[in-house]
Formats: sequence, structure tokens, C-alpha cells
Amino acid sequence: MTQDNIIDIQHLSKSFGGVKVLDDINFYVRQGEFVTLLGPSGCGKTTLLRQIAGFIAPDEGRILLEGKDISGIPPYKRPLNTVFQRYALFPHLDVFDNVAFGLKLQKVPRKEIEVRVTKMLKMVSMADYEDRSVDSLSGGQQQRVAIARALVNYPKVLLLDEPLAALDLKMRKDMQMELKEIHRKMGITFIYVTHDQEEALTLSDTIVVFNEGRIQQIGTPADIYNEPVNSFVADFIGESTILNGTMIRDRRVEFMGHEFDCVDEGFGENVPVDVVVRPEDVYIMNQLEGAQFSGVVKSCIFKGVHYEMFVETDNGFELMVQDYNAFEPGSTVGLLIRPGDIQVMRKERTCNTVEAVVEDGSHIKMLGCNWECEVPEGFTPGDEVLAEFDFEKVELLDNREDGKLGGEVHFLLYKGDHYHLTILTDDGDHLWVDTNDIWDKGDLVGIEIAPADIKLKRRNG
Amino acid sequence: MVKRSYWSLPYLIFMVVFVVLPLLLIVLYAFQDGSGHFTLSNITRFFTDSDSLSTFALSIEVAIENTLICILLGYPAAWILSNHKLNRSAVTVVLFIMPMWINALMRTLATAELFSMLGITLGKGTLLFGMVYDYLPFMIYPIYNTLMKMDNSYAEAAEDLGAAPWKVFWKVTVPLSFPGVMSGILMVFMPTVSTFAISEFLTNNKIKLFGTIIQENINSSMWNYGAALAFIMLIIIGITSMLGETKQSETEGGLI
Amino acid sequence: MKKILAQCYIWLLLAMLYAPLLFIAVFSFTESRVLGNWTGFSTKLYANLFTGGVNGGSSLMSAVENTLLIALIAAVFSTILGTVAAIGIFNLRGRKRQTMQFLNNIPMINPDIITGVSLFLLFVFLKFSQGYVTVILAHITFCTPYVVLSVMPKLSQMNPNIYEAALDLGATPSTALRKVLVPELRPGMISGFIMAFTMSLDDFAVTFFTRGTIGLDTLSTYIYTDARKGGLTPELRPLMTLIFLLVLVLLLIINLRSARAENKAK
Repeated sequence: MTQDNIIDIQHLSKSFGGVKVLDDINFYVRQGEFVTLLGPSGCGKTTLLRQIAGFIAPDEGRILLEGKDISGIPPYKRPLNTVFQRYALFPHLDVFDNVAFGLKLQKVPRKEIEVRVTKMLKMVSMADYEDRSVDSLSGGQQQRVAIARALVNYPKVLLLDEPLAALDLKMRKDMQMELKEIHRKMGITFIYVTHDQEEALTLSDTIVVFNEGRIQQIGTPADIYNEPVNSFVADFIGESTILNGTMIRDRRVEFMGHEFDCVDEGFGENVPVDVVVRPEDVYIMNQLEGAQFSGVVKSCIFKGVHYEMFVETDNGFELMVQDYNAFEPGSTVGLLIRPGDIQVMRKERTCNTVEAVVEDGSHIKMLGCNWECEVPEGFTPGDEVLAEFDFEKVELLDNREDGKLGGEVHFLLYKGDHYHLTILTDDGDHLWVDTNDIWDKGDLVGIEIAPADIKLKRRNG
Repeated sequence: MVKRSYWSLPYLIFMVVFVVLPLLLIVLYAFQDGSGHFTLSNITRFFTDSDSLSTFALSIEVAIENTLICILLGYPAAWILSNHKLNRSAVTVVLFIMPMWINALMRTLATAELFSMLGITLGKGTLLFGMVYDYLPFMIYPIYNTLMKMDNSYAEAAEDLGAAPWKVFWKVTVPLSFPGVMSGILMVFMPTVSTFAISEFLTNNKIKLFGTIIQENINSSMWNYGAALAFIMLIIIGITSMLGETKQSETEGGLI
Repeated sequence: MKKILAQCYIWLLLAMLYAPLLFIAVFSFTESRVLGNWTGFSTKLYANLFTGGVNGGSSLMSAVENTLLIALIAAVFSTILGTVAAIGIFNLRGRKRQTMQFLNNIPMINPDIITGVSLFLLFVFLKFSQGYVTVILAHITFCTPYVVLSVMPKLSQMNPNIYEAALDLGATPSTALRKVLVPELRPGMISGFIMAFTMSLDDFAVTFFTRGTIGLDTLSTYIYTDARKGGLTPELRPLMTLIFLLVLVLLLIINLRSARAENKAK
């Protein structure tokens, strides 16, 4: 920890109604930095921001501001200000009085209030709107006033909760540039919450990627884009194809039925890995000479600057490719990926592993119900064991009532030739499933596992 | 505002004292005799006294008739008022709402006086007419409100799917306005059963309704029997509001 | 054609609703003590009403004063109690909130006579002597639920971040309440106040049971006693006519204004 860390978050955890929303969060923010908390909705990023602002008290952990713990200080005594998602301008006050609200409470002399408010409104290009009622402003104008209202107090840190989410695309782009400019001019630390990865890449010095209450990766936009640490980050940031692969040895990886040179080392030999290929990193050409493998173009869509194509490779994998040139659907093409463009990631898991208890010679209890399974010699009823079963051995049924267990499709990842699904069971456990069937996020499913596919292991054996 | 929930405490205490306790007292007095001993005689007296029973039956009969007439007259009116093609004037709507804001006693008295001037004998006919006159706005208003709030795209969707206008009315508008009718029924039925001044005015005290005998008993210090009658009425209220599933709180909200 | 039929129906109903009121209004301009007997145009009844002249006009006027005073006090207290309660209930969750809302519904579902009798029994039980205070307490009981119901929607329409924004800008919870929450709730409080006021004005049954025997009369109980005596005080006719006009004008102003505001918004 160095002196110029303005915010330091240490071991922060928070649960709502028994559900862990934030789990042991640790990170710091440097003075003057633009940090973005990025993640899908419900990942805990807004909860974290509201804890920093002081609207929610953490269950565990500390929030340090300039080295001092502020966890117990009420929001109105924290030298931080927030720009709320839906602006939260006071409808009964005009633009000037909204911006002056904080200064009046601090009993700043009237002359100074006038000077500061006017200056701030000028900075957000709202100088002529002082007497307007906030209801008469457009979304973008309200947003500017909300930013001015927070910044006029010279907060040590400005917290922004999805401030541009309610604006339309064009306006959002303009405001992004303005925010960046304001950040540069004021030199105030910004903590910015968004679910829009493009916005995060555009604005931030540092991005903190969240999922399910945990930090997935912290890094500069370029780090996060080019070297995602897991398939969640790779899928969430930018377009990508994520594939199952095997690290044959250092700097040699196999995927899509071909071997490729790569630049990654230290995984060991013959280790299963995830491989990320960005669509703009795939070279596509008309001849097969000089290509590493071939494919047939399935579709080609014009996307403004480039064409987006889906190519079925010679071994039956689907690969997304972007190129400035269009290739006719049906035509055979050659494909090439450079070693430096192949991102190899350690797999988080290779099969499902759940805690289970042996019931009798042919049954175990796991995930809150009884399962038939082959219990090997040497296990006695009451033994606490680990049950393992492969991703593709979990069978999903259309009706949740038909399965032994009900669940919901929580997250989908297309892996070139199959889908890798995260299922959230009714009891809140996670299962991972490989399937060729098409499901959508939020689909309710029944879950079945054949007795022969469940393997038992001793815990910590 | 997380910790502001305790602000409901003063009101909770107030309601326990002035709403819950009084209702419990009705039950207590209903099952006591004059000297404070437990008894069922007040209740059995009601069920064995043919006068009380026939008054009760008549009250229910008048209330049902009144409610039905109010629906039959009120629904078309509410529908016309809410229909932009048939009615554009906000004034007519105000004219229908206004009687709700004028003292019911005054309006009833005016009606009774008009009847006697026209030489119509006061009796069941005038009672029913006066009741309809008093309660019609309370039926029209909630129905009008639900019809106004109804999203026009339901009707358009039905038309789009090939329903003729009268089918749209019966298959879409009427079922969707049901909550308004329900709250109208709640606002008409129970008050009709319980009223006493109105029936006394409109029949020159010739016909007694259930509310009148409660009032007479309480006023002549027969508190226990009066409480027993009120208790029976409470049970009817419980049943009707359970049937009506208190949807009314939504529509009753803004009377202005 | 359809439109003409519809308009005929509407105006027929309105004629029925207003015939008695018009009848009273017409006969307020004659001196006759018996209704329906036209003895020539006169504004004497109006004059009597305001000078507290003959025919019991003075006790009538004191009943009017009582009515207004009780309504005003009850409405003020209901508005305060109801607003505080609405904020509390809004911040409750689950079962507690349902219980409060259920309790709040009881006085609205209960017919007047039940509210009246039950409160009468309460005051008898507590040996509380009945008069002004009991009538006002009773009126607060049945008026407050309407205030709660008109403030609650304002709370749920309000951007929940507004209160937090005030705290964020350095307002203490009590300042935030005063400077942000109350201005936001004001329209709901005003319409709740108006509801409470008119509910109180209109009440007969609850007053009847809780006024005790000290001879306290509101307009409603005055009319009731008067009518039971057989003769109707002639001054009631101009009074009713005036109330009728006042309400009509007020309602027209309120509704036409809001209709115009709506049109503008469109």
C-alpha cells in the first residue's frame, strides 16, 4: 500500500437475506485515477459503490479513505459525492438550487456559492439553464446537472452509478468524451460503475471486472482485453470465440483439432485449457496455401467498418471472423491465427465436484436430494465424500418437474461446437453442463444424472 | 430511509387503541349481559326474534336490489363517460362525482321533501329510489376510474384479432373492468345495509333497516344487544370483503 | 345516433341526481315555512342565515361552525399522523407491512355505524366523557387511512435515490426529510388533507355516536334531529344551496385545471 492510494477496500463482504452479494473484495484506487467497476447486472458492483458512498454498511471488511477507515461514518459526513443512475435531481428545486444544495448545507457564503455554481454549470455546458425547472430538461441535460451538483462540492472521490445508462447511444458517446474531459480538468478520482464493456474500455485507467460478487480481474483496458484471465472475462469483454483446448507443452497448444504455436508457458504438458480467439485476430484468405486450417463460410454480415463472418472449420467448429473484405457464404477459405493472438487460460474446473454423503450401498445425498449411484467398496453410510461427474453427463429436461432437481440457466458460453452452461439449482448450487441443445438464459430446467456417471472420492483423501 | 420503519409505530398504537380495541369491545359486549357476565343470549335473541330477523332479511334484500340497480344504471354511464367518442366533456364527469362530496343526509332530505311535495307516499319504493339516488355516484366513480385507466391497446389487440366491437366490449372491456365493479359493490352494499338515517328519512321511519335497530338499541342504552347486532354486521362485512378481495384500495385511493 | 342516445342517457341520470337539489335551491328563494309552497320571491332566508335571525338560525350557524372546526382539526391531525405513518409503512417489509396495510384498510371498509358504535363502546369502556374531544378522535380514526393512501403513492413514485442524494450532498437525515422528502410528498399530503376534511364534513353516523349528551351538534346531526322533529328549518334551504354551489365550483376548478394540465403534458 503506497501513500497515494485514496481508496483502499479490504476484505469487504456483504450478504442480503443469506445471499452473498460481495465476497472478500480487495482493491485500491490511486489518487486521480479513473476506475471502472464492470460486470453484468446483479454482480455486486452497485452494492460496492453504495458501500463506498455509505448507503449500505459492509458485513465484514474495511473501506479506507486516505488511510482512515470510513466504514462507520454516515454518508452525509463522507467527503464523497455520487452521481445517481436516474439522476435523482430534486424536482422541487430549479437547476441552480439543485447544484447549490450541498454548498448551502455547508454554509458556504452566498457570493462564493454563486461563483462556484456558475462556474460548474459552465463546465458542464449548462450555463444558461440556472432558473429552469429540472423537469423541463432532457435526459442528457439532467445528467449534466447531476454531475455539476456532485462536483461543485469538490469531493475527494466522485462515485458514478451507471450515469449514462438511460441515455441513447449517440448522447452516451458524447457524454463519455465529456466525462473524460471533466476528469482530466478537475483531477478528481472517479469510481465508475457500468455494465457496458465498451464504455469501460473507453473511459478507464483501470477496470475491475466483477461477476457473482467476486473480482475476476483487475487491469488496464488493454490488459483486460488482450489477456483475459478466465472465460467469463473473455466472453464479457469484446467479441470472442472460446474453445476447449489442450496445452501440449510450453508454446504449443491444440484446439479445433489442430496444433498451433503460441506464446504461453508454464501450464505443464497435456493440460486441458480454455483458448480465446478474438474475431479480428483470425486471418481469412481465398487460397489454402499458407493457411493453418480451412473452413467454409456460413454467413457474412456487413457491420459498418468490417464484415462479421461465421466459418465452419474443417473439424466442425464454428469460428467468428472479422475482416474488411467480404467472403461469399459457401466458399472455402483458408484461416490462420498468429501465436501472439492466441490467449490460453487455465480451466477453472474440468468436471462438476459436489460434496455428498453416502446413504447406503447404492445411494448418496447431494445437492439437497437423494441420488442413485454406484458406491464402490470401502465406503460406508454416513461417509462424507466428493461426487464428481462430467459436464456432458448432466442431462437437462424441458420441465423442471421432470428432473430430480430443478434449476435455471444462469450463464451461457458457446465453445465452437457446443454450449457450456452454468446452471443455478433451486437450492443455490452451481452446476456446469456441456450440451448441444440450445437454451436461453433464464430457462427453467430439470436436472438428471445417470447413476453410472457419478464417481465418488474421499474428501481430502 | 432504511431506519424510518419505526415511524409507523405511533399510527400502529393509534390504530390498536381506536380501531382494534373498539372492534374487540363490540365482540366483548356482544357476549356479555348487562352485569358483565358471559352469555350467548344476545346472539340467540337475534336468531329467535322474528322482528329482528325480518328486518335483517329486508336490509339484505334492499342492499342487493340497490347494488344491482346501481350496477345496471351505473355501468353504462361510466362506460359512456370514459368513452372519448361519446363524451368529451369533463364537466359531465364532475357533475357525476359531485354528489359524493355533498352531505348524504342533506341530499336524502331533499329527496324526501321532493317526494312529499309530489304527493308520493313514502315506503319501500321511495326507499329504494332514494338509496339508488344516494349511492349511484359511488358505483359510477370506481368503474369510470378503471375504465379510464384501462390500456386502450387491449381493445385494439382484440379488434386486431378480429373481434367485433360488441365482442370487444363483452370479452375484453367488461372482464377488465371487474375490479372497478367489485369496489363499487363494496362502496354500495355495506353502507346500504348499515345506514339508518337515510331509511328513516325516506320512509318516514315506517320501514326499519338493520342499521336503525342497532342505533335504537345503542341509543336506548341496550348496549349489549346493540353490540351483538353490530357483531353480526361485522361478520357480514368480513364475508363480503373477503369475497371482494379488497381490490378496492387501488381504485378508492384518489377520489379527487 | 349512438352519441345522441348516450348523451340522452347521461343527462337523464344527471336530471334524476340533481332534481332534489334544484328543488331545494328554487325554494330557498321564498319565505314559506313549508316546502313546495311558493309565496313569492324573497331572499329573506339568506338574510336570516347570515344575521342569525329567526327560526333557530343561530343554533344552525353554531352547528356549521362546529362542523368546520372539527373537520379542520381532524384533517390537520390526520395529515400529520397519516404522513408519518405512510413513511413508516413504506419502509416496512413483508408481513409487517401487510399487517399495517390491513389495519389501515379496516376503518375504510367498516361502515360508519360500526366505526361509530365501536368507538362509542370504547369511550364508555374507558369512562371517557364524550364531547368535542371524542368526536375529533373518532374523525381522526376514519380520516387518517385516506391520508396514508394518498401519501403512499407519492412515496413509491419518488425516485428512491433522491433522499440518498441529499445525504450524499451533506444533509443530515432530518434536513433531508425537511428539504427533500416533505416537498416531494406535499401534493399527496394536500390531497389527503382535502379528503380528510371532506370525509369529516360529510360524516353523520360516527359523530352521532360519539358526541355524547352535551348538546354538541354538527350540521349532520342538526339536520337529523331537525328532520326527526318533523319540520325542516327553512334556513337549511339557502344553506344547502350555498354548500351545493361551493362544492360544485371547487370541484369544477380542480378538475378542469388538472384536465388542462394533462392536455398540456400531452
